[in-house]
Amino acid sequence: MANEVCFRTLEYLKHPWEIEEYKSRGGYEVLTHILKNKIEPSEVVETMKASGLRGRGGAGFPTGLKWSFISRNAPGQKYVVCNSDEGEPGTFKDRDILRYNPHQLVEGMVIAGYAIGATVGFNYIRGEFWEEYERFEAALEQAQAAGFLGDDLFGSGFDFQLHSHLGGGAYVCGEETALLESIEGKKGQPRYKPPFPAHFGLYGRPTIINNTESLSSVPVILKEGGEWFKELGVENSGGSKLFSISGNIKNPGVFEVPLGTPFSKLFELVGGMKDGRKLKAVVPGGCSSPVIPGEEMMDLTMDYDAIQKAGSMLGSGAIIILDDRQCMVKVLDRMSYFYHEESCGQCTPCREGTGWLWRVVNRIENGKGRQEDLDLLESVCGKIAGRTVCALGDAAAMPVQGMLKHFREEFQYHIDHKQCMVGADLG
Amino acid sequence: MSDEWVTIEVDGRELKAKPGTMLIDVTDAAGINIPRFCYHKKLSVSANCRMCLIEVEKVPKPLPACCTPVNDGMKVSTRSPMALAAQKGTMEFLLINHPLDCPICDQGGECELQDVALGYGSDVSRFVEGKRVVPQRDIGPLIATDFTRCIHCTRCVRFGAEIAGVREMGATGRGEHMTIGTFVEKSVDSEMSGNVIDLCPVGSLTSKPFRFRARAWELTQHDGIAPHDSVGSNIHIHTRGNRVMRVHPKENESINEIWLSDRDRFSYEGLYSEDRLTRPLVRKNGTWAEVDWDEALEYTVKGLQTAAGSDGDQLATLVSANATLEELYLAQKLTRGMGSGNIDHRLRQGDFRLDGNDSPVPGLGIGISDIESLDAALLVGSNVRKEQPIIAHRLRKAVNGGGKVTFVNSLWLDLHFDAEQLVSTPDQMVTNLAAIAKALSAKLTGNLAKIVKAAEVSAEAQTAADQLKSAEKAIVLLGSQASAHPDFSVLTVLASAIAKAADASFGYIPTAANSVGAAIAGAVPQRGPAAVAIENSGANAQMMQKIPRKVYLLMGVEPDGDFWDPSLAISVMDEADCVVALTAYRSASLERCADVMLPVAGFAETSGTYVNAEGKWQSFNGAVRPQGEARPAWKVLRVMGNLLDIEGFEYNSTAGVLEELKSVCGDVAVDNSVSTKAAAEVQSAVDGLIRVGDVPIYATDALVRRASSLQKTKDAADAAVRISAVQAEKSGLSDQVEVIVVQEDNRVQLPLVIDPRVPEGAVWISSGLPGTEDLGGQYGEVTLEKA
Repeated sequence: MANEVCFRTLEYLKHPWEIEEYKSRGGYEVLTHILKNKIEPSEVVETMKASGLRGRGGAGFPTGLKWSFISRNAPGQKYVVCNSDEGEPGTFKDRDILRYNPHQLVEGMVIAGYAIGATVGFNYIRGEFWEEYERFEAALEQAQAAGFLGDDLFGSGFDFQLHSHLGGGAYVCGEETALLESIEGKKGQPRYKPPFPAHFGLYGRPTIINNTESLSSVPVILKEGGEWFKELGVENSGGSKLFSISGNIKNPGVFEVPLGTPFSKLFELVGGMKDGRKLKAVVPGGCSSPVIPGEEMMDLTMDYDAIQKAGSMLGSGAIIILDDRQCMVKVLDRMSYFYHEESCGQCTPCREGTGWLWRVVNRIENGKGRQEDLDLLESVCGKIAGRTVCALGDAAAMPVQGMLKHFREEFQYHIDHKQCMVGADLG
Repeated sequence: MSDEWVTIEVDGRELKAKPGTMLIDVTDAAGINIPRFCYHKKLSVSANCRMCLIEVEKVPKPLPACCTPVNDGMKVSTRSPMALAAQKGTMEFLLINHPLDCPICDQGGECELQDVALGYGSDVSRFVEGKRVVPQRDIGPLIATDFTRCIHCTRCVRFGAEIAGVREMGATGRGEHMTIGTFVEKSVDSEMSGNVIDLCPVGSLTSKPFRFRARAWELTQHDGIAPHDSVGSNIHIHTRGNRVMRVHPKENESINEIWLSDRDRFSYEGLYSEDRLTRPLVRKNGTWAEVDWDEALEYTVKGLQTAAGSDGDQLATLVSANATLEELYLAQKLTRGMGSGNIDHRLRQGDFRLDGNDSPVPGLGIGISDIESLDAALLVGSNVRKEQPIIAHRLRKAVNGGGKVTFVNSLWLDLHFDAEQLVSTPDQMVTNLAAIAKALSAKLTGNLAKIVKAAEVSAEAQTAADQLKSAEKAIVLLGSQASAHPDFSVLTVLASAIAKAADASFGYIPTAANSVGAAIAGAVPQRGPAAVAIENSGANAQMMQKIPRKVYLLMGVEPDGDFWDPSLAISVMDEADCVVALTAYRSASLERCADVMLPVAGFAETSGTYVNAEGKWQSFNGAVRPQGEARPAWKVLRVMGNLLDIEGFEYNSTAGVLEELKSVCGDVAVDNSVSTKAAAEVQSAVDGLIRVGDVPIYATDALVRRASSLQKTKDAADAAVRISAVQAEKSGLSDQVEVIVVQEDNRVQLPLVIDPRVPEGAVWISSGLPGTEDLGGQYGEVTLEKA
């Protein structure tokens, strides 16, 4: 049941990133079929819609719907952009796609370009992904040589050029419009929306921008059919998904399982807790998603609705599992520092608020907490969330809100006793 | 434009608006105040300060009013609990890291943050952490920075990108570490840079010359008109006691919008220069003596009468086009009352052969605001960006809107918009223009017809011609460098013929604040007030020097700084029997040449009228009293008129003079008609190298030459000899640091600068700068020798 989409080649191939090996498992067949038979682009978009694929970068917006916002016949240049910035702490799945299955991404992007009438694509790769960048570049060369990129592909009259672009290392450039600004050579700062990229995207042209995992899923969806993909998952959460699982567990890594898989099953896959510790808490969808206590998590399934009902988000599928040695104040201190450091500085609430949040949490962690601090944190979060151009402000507020919701007593203990609640039994 | 209107409801009030208009524009127009920092009506919307968050019915989150378009039936609350909570929340964030240094901040009292904090801030801060401190940065002599106060609204950044056309400021760093700065500690050098002081909502960017001089509430605001370029920018003059403390733009959408050039903003410093003349001076036995007004006037009148004698022709009156309309009118009235026809303000004109056939009232010919909707423009002999920054800004808007601009010049310009530049030696400017005329089959006669016929139409000339021809709105304009050109008459006739053939407007970019007024007032020899032609024209500025006169009456001019050929001006005045100078400054060249110096009011010290480039009369009152015993020039002229027994000098105020002016020439408009039949030989060709002498932006008149902060800017560079690398190689001067310039009989040693903006065959030596006063004309043959 696992590894049917983005990792479909992994267990069969020795060098899955080589084009010949990728082709040996049916790679580029879908693209070739589409181009040679001049399949109606609208048919491609319909299949994507039917698949129920939701954006795998974290926001979960239906991919097919996004594609349908662009009129294929509108005049002028259009672009396909792949978001391989993968900056959400805890997420490391797109890196594995770039490493082990870059051709599936290339194939997906060319199909996307065909579907919306874009002739140029960009893959924006996270600044730290040097090796992955090089591997993707190598894949581009192979694809070009094999005729999957370039002009008049398979005599279809369809041209597609694909370029990779290495980012500068800013988390905010994972936000789609900041990413576009960054490609344009500007300071990576999110744009105010609307207009959305489908109307005013890269260089002001209609653009679709999708996550690496979303685009890599495209060839398989088109091969097996939208319904097939949808059936893999559950209601409202079609398909399978890559989960990056890290923390105090025996066997961290990336796992492709159908959406709706119980967390307990995933917990088995990673071999359970390390050192025989107890499960304390889980951050289910990347650093920005509110924490969920361990026992509650064990009853949840991994799909968009279930996690949302529990007050968190499936996000990018980055699951961080914490054991009972972890001081939640310290955990939040590190998380808040991240947002303070990564806020782009554009919007007042996020620029000023993220630093404020971190300083207060840091003070509590260092035994200098004040009684009014917890209310202050909640108040500051309320003033950031929902009031900024992009979601980074919300992302900074949510972990704080989650921690205070479920672990408030640990913070209170820190303020009262100027030390960790869990400090006593540190093993 | 759609006639549709939608109805929205704001705080229970029904408002009509065009669909798609941003909410904040609608509420601003209706007088509903929504607090804001990053939003500015002249800049793009960035929506980052989050101060203007308001509640829209059925929308769960507060929305920024600056980028929420209105649509029909929308219900908005600007002060609902949700809106207020959002606004107060943003205010708290803005204040946590803002220093509490209002008592020592220049913005205090006129600070947008202070004002809004009063309404939306809290009395006690909940922020107990350390505040952010940002290191100081020096960005030049005009703008003081204190980036610790910055609230990151990015108005200054957007100003650079969108208005000034040079991205001089930017934001670096992320989050809290984001700071405004220049790229690698460069200075901000735009000629419009001072506007960021007005745009900055806090005390992060303030005026360096004004710093720590006064508090906003101590100042009295007076309306005024800027005294330098021909735009006639509307200004506010802020005074304390009897001193001009600073100058701000006054909004006038049809003229300067809300902008002001740095020259107009900071030149007031020149009022308080050390050599300001505050008592009349008379030369007695070769030394200067301070005397009272009676004695000075007596001396003046005697000098004028005896030297001029019965022959009025011996009186030469040379006046500044920065003088007021009233002063210019009285000066010509006095001169003509004494029987002389010799009056001129065109001190930097290089060719007067067209006089009589020239444009009676040379001006823009269109409105200043019309410039931005031009489809094509041909500018001849103009560095519009540095000569007329506001006009250049309008041209930039035209180009951004798809307009095409071509320049015919003798220097490559650093422009802030895209334009085609045809650059050549001065004589080849005629050829370039003739090529465009040929491409348009322009009708010319005589000598010019031959020149046009002989011209080869280059691809660039053809393109320029096509652009003019096909444009719906096009103009051909002659600039300050064209009027200084030795073939100004040829350029004028060619340009006018081009305009006619292309069905384009034709006009001039007048140089000074009152160049148009001077023509209207009759401060030219060939025409009297109301530009009525005079049959027996007096001598023009050039002839008044080439044929030395016994008496010179100068008003607001300095022999070393204001003449086409300063060495000639200085030498003829040296030789004259009597030189009377109405001047605000005791300048060195006047000390050398003059016999009497009568202290007159400077900028902001007198009432008067300026007529701007488009022909608009703008009157103003004095904001401060003249310094010391200085008197407004119109009063001095009035008394001189009385003492000389000339009729019609019974005025009590400038209003009286203005009334007379209005009755005589109130309906005189800009008139750019030119007789295209007037032919002239090309006289700018030389065998060797030719000097190209522009007047740098901060050397144009006596006031700005003394504005100390402006004089520290990059645009106020010292005099130098600039030639191209190729020319330096040819002349064997590549290794020279300094060279000797020989022009006519004058020899001057100046630094040599290799400058790619200079065409081969030309030598760029600016005029009006110290070190160039001993050289000859702005254009003319020069030789360079090793120092």
